[in-house]
Amino acid sequence: MILSRKKAQDLETADIGAAIEGRSLWADARIRFFKNKAAVTGLVILVLVGLFAAFGQYLTPWSNEEVDWGVLGQVDTMGRPSFESKHYFGTDDLGRDLFARTVQGTQISLMVGLIGALIAVVVGTVYGATAGYYGGRIDNVMMRIVDVMLSIPYMFVLILLLVIFGRSVLMLFVGIGLISWLDMARIARGQTLSIKNKEFVEAAHAIGVRPGTIIRRHIVPNLAGVVIVYSTLLVPSMIIFESFISFLGLGVQEPNTSWGALISEGAKQMQYGTLWMLLFPLFFFVITLFAFFFVGDGLRDALDPKDR
Amino acid sequence: MLSFIIRRLAVAIPTLLILVVFSYLIMYAAPGGPFDAERTLPPEVMANLNAKYGLDQPLIVQMWNYVVNVVVHFDFGPSYLYKDQTVNDIINQGFPVTLTYGFWSFVVATIVGMTLGITAAVYHNSWLDYLAVGISIGAQVLPNFVMAPILVLVFTLWLGWLPGGGWQGGQWEYIIMPVIALSTSFMASIARLTRSSMLEVLNANYIRTARAKGLPMRRVIFRHALKPALLPVVSYLGPAFVAMITGSVVIDMYFSTGGIGIFFVNSALNRDYSVIMGITILTGALTILFNLVVDILYACIDPKIRY
Repeated sequence: MILSRKKAQDLETADIGAAIEGRSLWADARIRFFKNKAAVTGLVILVLVGLFAAFGQYLTPWSNEEVDWGVLGQVDTMGRPSFESKHYFGTDDLGRDLFARTVQGTQISLMVGLIGALIAVVVGTVYGATAGYYGGRIDNVMMRIVDVMLSIPYMFVLILLLVIFGRSVLMLFVGIGLISWLDMARIARGQTLSIKNKEFVEAAHAIGVRPGTIIRRHIVPNLAGVVIVYSTLLVPSMIIFESFISFLGLGVQEPNTSWGALISEGAKQMQYGTLWMLLFPLFFFVITLFAFFFVGDGLRDALDPKDR
Repeated sequence: MLSFIIRRLAVAIPTLLILVVFSYLIMYAAPGGPFDAERTLPPEVMANLNAKYGLDQPLIVQMWNYVVNVVVHFDFGPSYLYKDQTVNDIINQGFPVTLTYGFWSFVVATIVGMTLGITAAVYHNSWLDYLAVGISIGAQVLPNFVMAPILVLVFTLWLGWLPGGGWQGGQWEYIIMPVIALSTSFMASIARLTRSSMLEVLNANYIRTARAKGLPMRRVIFRHALKPALLPVVSYLGPAFVAMITGSVVIDMYFSTGGIGIFFVNSALNRDYSVIMGITILTGALTILFNLVVDILYACIDPKIRY
């Protein structure tokens, strides 16, 4: 999350929807996005990885927890990636099929990334929009809380939570959810401050629309551009975060796995010459992050009127 | 300026207290205690142990004693897991290590990152720019837990140039790989930040003026463009330094460097409350301190900011 704080600040001050002429903002943005080759490539890669996660399991006869007893004990020779044994990516050190495990790990990692970003979007947007709209003392208190939470070493607190309340995917979401929305709240607040003085908000206020409805119907939709851009940059940092936790052995539990857990296992085994255990998960990890960064950059270029 | 520092401290101290109380409560609420071993102890022994460490007192009293000890005596109490050591011993032992490679990572990330960013911006849209951007994007998808195994694979297993782990009092060949692994992704962020803000500054009117009055490019860049361009980078450096110390968990696990990260993980796994709390509070205090330092630095170099 710390990686994207600068971007967060950029977005906080960005003035979205300043000048809309002729074509709608969205149609305009779509055209610009599809002109960006890197972003489109990223999008294609993401779709492919998504398909791999969704349907990869149907391509292999092995499941992610089934041990191939034929290769156990001689994984470095028998467990190599090959089409004959139907272990396309080889096996792990316990003789489990790495292809199936990579599919499974991809599902978990993508899910963590998307859900983490979703929590951040929903909580952060509503929180930030509320603080920004009401302003004054409420704003002060709400943003002070965010500042306090930001100065807590969250990595350590999350490890604490996971250890004490048990390791589960749910706890991981709770932990990620606790901290991921903070930057989003600041961005949403910054944007709201500029939106709330626009005429249409004033008009809504004048005809007696309640504050809650104004926030929901008039403020939040106008935050969409910034929020979308920031959330595409948030997904990879969530994935990195989860992988970090899994690398420490505190993430998802067997037989479930994730990219971080697979990379960690592969890294432990690589001195025995079984490099495929490291390289296949690493490959998926790296290309997905690349793709997210490219799509995020593309979206920012497409939606950020500063560059027009 | 002074009132600004005082105001910031007024926020920082309650934050730290909240952190202390919060982590104490989590740990208090957790099932299982530090003395729950495989073999259940007789109740008398248990009672004695609890009395020795003050765990038989009411929660409020425990917490008060703890806070007083930490704040007044700077004493984090005894460790439950490492029986003959106090938390202070463990921090004294592990923290210098973490600080050593954390510091070098910080230096490397800052210097390399800024150099890459400035080069890319000055030679915008040339092959140097593309190279720098390529490096920084590549580095961004290689967090420390990915870099560590790759480095060991290449430099230890294939080339045999560097030892795969250990510390040995901080000899240089033991520091190199932890530093590279830790600094890579930060370097990437710093490079990207520097590049984008440098580009913005180089397009500013006063830079054109400086060029128009005939100043050489070198002087324009170093005298006029650099300072404003580095402002956003400076605000990133504070959190980055703390994140490098937090990121040490992976480095300590992977390279067996013996910094505080490994103590934290072991203690967390063994419910060694006092060590976990000590390290959490220490990093929390560091985070707050560095944010403060950065804000002050920021005020010093940015004439636009008035407090």
